[in-house]
Amino acid sequence: MTRPMPRTVTVTVNGAVYTRAVEPRLLLSDFLRDELGLTGTHVGCEHGVCGACTVLIDGDSARACLFLAVQADGRSIETVESLGTVEALSPLQELFREHHALQCGFCTPGMLMTGIDLLRKYPLATDAEIRAGLSGNLCRCTGYEHIVRAMRAAVALRDAKRDD
Amino acid sequence: MTDDPLARPRNIGARIKRVEDPRLLTGQGRFTDDHAAPGALHVAFKRSDHAHARIAAIDTAAATALAGVFAVYTAADLDGLVGPVRATSRMADYHPTDIHPLAHGRVRHVGEPIVAVLAESRYLAEDALDRIDIAYDPLPALSDPEAAAAAGAPLLHDAAGTNVLATRSFARGDAEAALAAAPLRVGGRFRFRRKAPLAIENRACLAEWDRGRRLLTLTLSTQVPGIVRDLLADLFDLPGHGIRVVAPEVGGGFGGKASLYPEDILVAALARKLGRAVRWTGDRLEDLATTSHGFDEIIDAELGLDRDGHILALAAEVIGDVGAYSIYPWTAALEPVQVVSFLPGPYRVPAYRGRVRAVATNKAPMGPYRGVGRPVAAFVMERLVDMAARRLALDPAELRRRNLVQPAEFPYRAASGIVWDRSGFVECLDGACDAVGYAALRAEQAKARAAGRLYGIGIASYAELTGIGSRISAAPGMPINTGTETATIRLDSTGAISAAFGIASHGQGLETTLAQVIADELGARLADIQIIHGDSAAVAHGTGTYASRSAVLAGGAATLAARLLKERVIRAAAHLLEAAVEDIDAADGRVFVVGTDRDLSFRELAKAVYSDMGRLPREAREELEVTKVYDPYFGTTTSATHICALEIDPQTCKVRLHRYVVAEDCGRVINPLIVDGQVHGGVAQGIGAALYEEVVYDAAGQLLTASLADYVIPSAGEVPVIETLHLETELPANAGGFRGMGEGGTIGAPAAVANALADALAPLGGEIFELPMTPDRLFRLIEGLKAPGKGA
Repeated sequence: MTRPMPRTVTVTVNGAVYTRAVEPRLLLSDFLRDELGLTGTHVGCEHGVCGACTVLIDGDSARACLFLAVQADGRSIETVESLGTVEALSPLQELFREHHALQCGFCTPGMLMTGIDLLRKYPLATDAEIRAGLSGNLCRCTGYEHIVRAMRAAVALRDAKRDD
Repeated sequence: MTDDPLARPRNIGARIKRVEDPRLLTGQGRFTDDHAAPGALHVAFKRSDHAHARIAAIDTAAATALAGVFAVYTAADLDGLVGPVRATSRMADYHPTDIHPLAHGRVRHVGEPIVAVLAESRYLAEDALDRIDIAYDPLPALSDPEAAAAAGAPLLHDAAGTNVLATRSFARGDAEAALAAAPLRVGGRFRFRRKAPLAIENRACLAEWDRGRRLLTLTLSTQVPGIVRDLLADLFDLPGHGIRVVAPEVGGGFGGKASLYPEDILVAALARKLGRAVRWTGDRLEDLATTSHGFDEIIDAELGLDRDGHILALAAEVIGDVGAYSIYPWTAALEPVQVVSFLPGPYRVPAYRGRVRAVATNKAPMGPYRGVGRPVAAFVMERLVDMAARRLALDPAELRRRNLVQPAEFPYRAASGIVWDRSGFVECLDGACDAVGYAALRAEQAKARAAGRLYGIGIASYAELTGIGSRISAAPGMPINTGTETATIRLDSTGAISAAFGIASHGQGLETTLAQVIADELGARLADIQIIHGDSAAVAHGTGTYASRSAVLAGGAATLAARLLKERVIRAAAHLLEAAVEDIDAADGRVFVVGTDRDLSFRELAKAVYSDMGRLPREAREELEVTKVYDPYFGTTTSATHICALEIDPQTCKVRLHRYVVAEDCGRVINPLIVDGQVHGGVAQGIGAALYEEVVYDAAGQLLTASLADYVIPSAGEVPVIETLHLETELPANAGGFRGMGEGGTIGAPAAVANALADALAPLGGEIFELPMTPDRLFRLIEGLKAPGKGA
């Protein structure tokens, strides 16, 4: 068995352009974590169920563990590191904190990226809609109630800004 | 002084936002696999695909030859390097089992590690796994614990001489005679299936050996860094300061990360041997196949009552399927024994007989899982109570009211010997009924039933012992002290406060709650306090976070240490402010003469004590560091009542939860936000245990649920809004007044859901004896009830 030739990929991650030679089989999740050192994207199952590795690819939420780095060539990726900082949290991060929407914090980056995607695209008029939207991201700590409350507050904030 | 509003507690009891959150929200939290270790060797394990077999031959030549592979290890290569570990216990009739880092001639469950490949990357290490050939001689697999316990069954561990690794019995009075004389008897065979803790972060470890300083640092996703350090120090014959076990951010534990695993030992041993960093990050298949499982008990139980519904006697025979090994350090006795010791619950049970056997089978080891034994105990007892209520045509809430230990009866010695201190047994039941609007809910149910809907209401009341002190170990007879906790609080030369503990927070928010306790006791600002935990080097002795102990024990130690430190701060301030000690207090990071504007910040005071020589007389410069060990000796009682309302869709057998209310008494609430979060998360796991989650092995011991597509945990769509009510009936007489509450949600929820399902099926004459009640099981149950000649 010979190892396949590396391929060169150019990917925009959180606004910065990276060019790397990677094995064709390298997962996007491992590319982000090991090649770029962006360890905020977590890996929970590597079979696309738990949602911990959720990132945005060209603006759509996707599982980084079901995506190859070579497939990301020429695309734009957003990870949790694109949101706020420890000193200045983004509005959604601040609402997660205010509503205690995280405990161990392992699923949180994926939950936030899914939340951002939902907030950008959907009305989220009911809690049922929020829960359905979040149902692809598993959290074992919170029982989801506080996450739903944080999302509800984020919807209110978003809609208030739209009404301005 | 206590009249001064500044001196009153203002952090304890407040909904304070967590200190931990900003780093976790921004992807800056560093979990084990996030730690960079340049040049580290990655381990992948070749694991058994047989449930029970002798290993006839292992061929690793092709794997070793693969480019990028550094070394390949089997058990034969570990001789003289690292031996087996054994979970010992003072319990009579207990048989420990050897746990080897790699299978030693024989495999006893699917997933057991046999060969370790060390390579430059995990990808290459996994490539090499495909080139390893293992020849097995299959042995008969024991999948059924009753068959495994029978005489003549093949032995899993020859040295034990039996598959029954532990037995225990509890008795009060003559339960058999009392049952025989009881006017009403209800009972049956109950079954709670095997489940997985399923933290979202899989197990992971990184071992680094510093050749120069001869220091082994093990970064480990664990709940118990102190226990791991102490064991490895013995195993490798190293001094405690030669091994540092660090639990960094840990992505959930729920008991599954409270044990020491073969992979951890192997990775640590190889890093030391090779002088290189070695790391292993488990994947989800490895987690489901090898992280300790929970529950898996068969319970034959019977309850006897008088015609007014007063409990007369309880008897139970329990078989716990503990899997292939007696887990380190908790032993195989932990989970099943707790079923029997907590079975009488919060009720007056005049006569009791409980017997338990822990039986080895060819499955992954059973270990601690959130609630340990008590979710199963509550399921059985609460079902029995509801079955009796149905027979007596009494409301289930009323039957509970007649049997709960009453406020005047505390301290109450339960039938198994546990002593309950005052806790709101009755108050929680009444509080939950009020909060849910019990009468209105029953009226709603009557309407739903009239319309032919399968609508049920379930109640579960339970009590648990939390914050257990040194008198008993968290596991029966375990020679490890889990009953003390250390706090070292230091006011440094800048006026900043660091407080070190033996606990290891992994989602509980202890960096926040312990800082709240210290801020109030010391009069410090929250922002000036740093909590150090999850590091075996932090204090002289520590174990970790498990068994609803950390708020009680670490909160107690923090209280005592902070009070002493405050006395020293005030004595120094008395000199500096030229006032009497009695006139000085501290609040919000300042010491002040009460009723004046004369004050000092902690920073100014620290400079005067440490740096600005001459401001204080030499003899007045006390050490501004205090260590206190807290031992509550006994434990304290946490109690709760859960009430839920649900509906079964007769077409799909999907269960929809309409309402869920929890009323609990966890003593003094440090942070209501965090308590709510713990309750919500616990209830969600309990709902999973009741309706969805099951680890399935087939008769040959093959694991059928090795992915998240097969092992289903609740998502946001399955968990309802959970309403909580916190009651403080009477604070426990421990330092701080806190009771543990990390596990309760998972204890009450399966029982409440089971009772609601039985209630929903009552018009068909249905009862619930098994959990999880998956749609498939519900379908078969309902079809059976509808069949001619069956049911009511």
